Amino acid sequence: MPDLITNWLNTHDIFTATTILHYWSGLVTTVQLVFLSLIIGLFLSVPLAVMRTSRNPLISGPVWVYTYLFRGTPLLIQLYVIYYGIGVIDGIQDTFWWDIFKAPFYPALLAFVLNTAAYTTEIIRGAMVATPQGEIEAAKAYGMSWFLRLRRIVLPSAARRAVQAYSNEVIFMLHASAIASVVTIVDLTGAARDIYSRFYAPFDAFIAVALIYMALTFTLIFCFRKLERHLLRHLKPANG
Amino acid sequence: MMPMLDLKGYGPSLLDGAVVTVELAFLSLLVALILGLVGASSKLSNNRVLRAGATGYTTLIRGVPDLVMMLLFYYGGQVAVNTLSDALYDAYDIDFFFQFDPFISGVVTIGLIFGAYMTETFRGAFLAVDSGQIEAAYAYGFTPWHTFRRIMLPQMLRHALPGVGNNWQVLLKTTALVSIIGLTDMVRVAEQAAKAERSPFLFFIPVALVYLILTAGSELFIKWLDKRANAGVVQGD
Repeated sequence: MPDLITNWLNTHDIFTATTILHYWSGLVTTVQLVFLSLIIGLFLSVPLAVMRTSRNPLISGPVWVYTYLFRGTPLLIQLYVIYYGIGVIDGIQDTFWWDIFKAPFYPALLAFVLNTAAYTTEIIRGAMVATPQGEIEAAKAYGMSWFLRLRRIVLPSAARRAVQAYSNEVIFMLHASAIASVVTIVDLTGAARDIYSRFYAPFDAFIAVALIYMALTFTLIFCFRKLERHLLRHLKPANG
Repeated sequence: MMPMLDLKGYGPSLLDGAVVTVELAFLSLLVALILGLVGASSKLSNNRVLRAGATGYTTLIRGVPDLVMMLLFYYGGQVAVNTLSDALYDAYDIDFFFQFDPFISGVVTIGLIFGAYMTETFRGAFLAVDSGQIEAAYAYGFTPWHTFRRIMLPQMLRHALPGVGNNWQVLLKTTALVSIIGLTDMVRVAEQAAKAERSPFLFFIPVALVYLILTAGSELFIKWLDKRANAGVVQGD
């Protein structure tokens, strides 16, 4: 087997050990970027969704404005505003923030987090609003407080309803992360662009990376289908 | 030009860029709608090859990021044209060449991507048409084409409208990506201006506002269309 791999690598001009390692480091960056933005975005979006469903317009209004702005403009614009915008903030170069934000990774992460949190907030809000009224009435009849109701009744059942839409958001984020390559991050797409410009071989460079993205996408879809089946197993027909 | 919209002299070129964005979006939508109709009809046909082809197409598109697809078409398209041009010249002495420009690549890629999403939307909408309607059409002696045009198409549009509207909103935002392969749309103009003048907010905020106006306007228009399309339907079933 090792001989086979060595042979294969030696007989190819483009897919040598160097380029494959380049793709690998791109894959690591893409996975880090997507995973971190999804996790942070999810943590932000639960309280935001609770605020968004509030009857007080002073609480729900700002969240609505935030989700409307971030869902109504392209992610690329958001990335550009943050990436170029941070550098021109007065005096930032003298603070510790500059050490974090001068490399492109964290500005991109910030843009992705804000974007996915906006979409996820709306997904969770939609699922929360769809909670059957009877469940809430029953919880109230048991004397549950607002917070306990939220924690035990509304959020768990909303999570079940939100899983399918959220899996689409995860795939969307994976695909959207390709634009990180525009601000000089060497993610998967960035690696493919490097390899393209080095060998002037667009088909090899981009088809290879497309296959990697496809493998990632279908793995994610498979995992979410498993998760969905697990979460909704109490709704399965008895003999199914 | 109003002084407010001058933006250090970049105002007019930003406006031109906005026009390019809108043109790109509408042309891509047209391609996507046609591909979507063809794709959905293939998915619902009895022909195995057509069905497999359409399924392969939608699966492939959903697995690959739009930017990767765009880079592949733009750089790959040029290489393909060059190869073809060389081959034609060597074999037949034909001097044929054209520059694969970003606009065409953008329309082709966005059209192909959203054609796949439209395929799914239209497929669902076609399935929502009452099968009795189709049987009745055949009973009246309608040909399959006639049934499609007179019975299926008008009735499925009502069901397809919300999905088409959603796809359009996403498509509109995807057009920003074409600036990456060098199309001078408003995003590219803003990026160059922001770099040159070192004032990103001055140029990106107006562009973001244009996108917001476009998406908000589309939202209202789709709501109005939806109301009209469902005017004859009893709600609440």
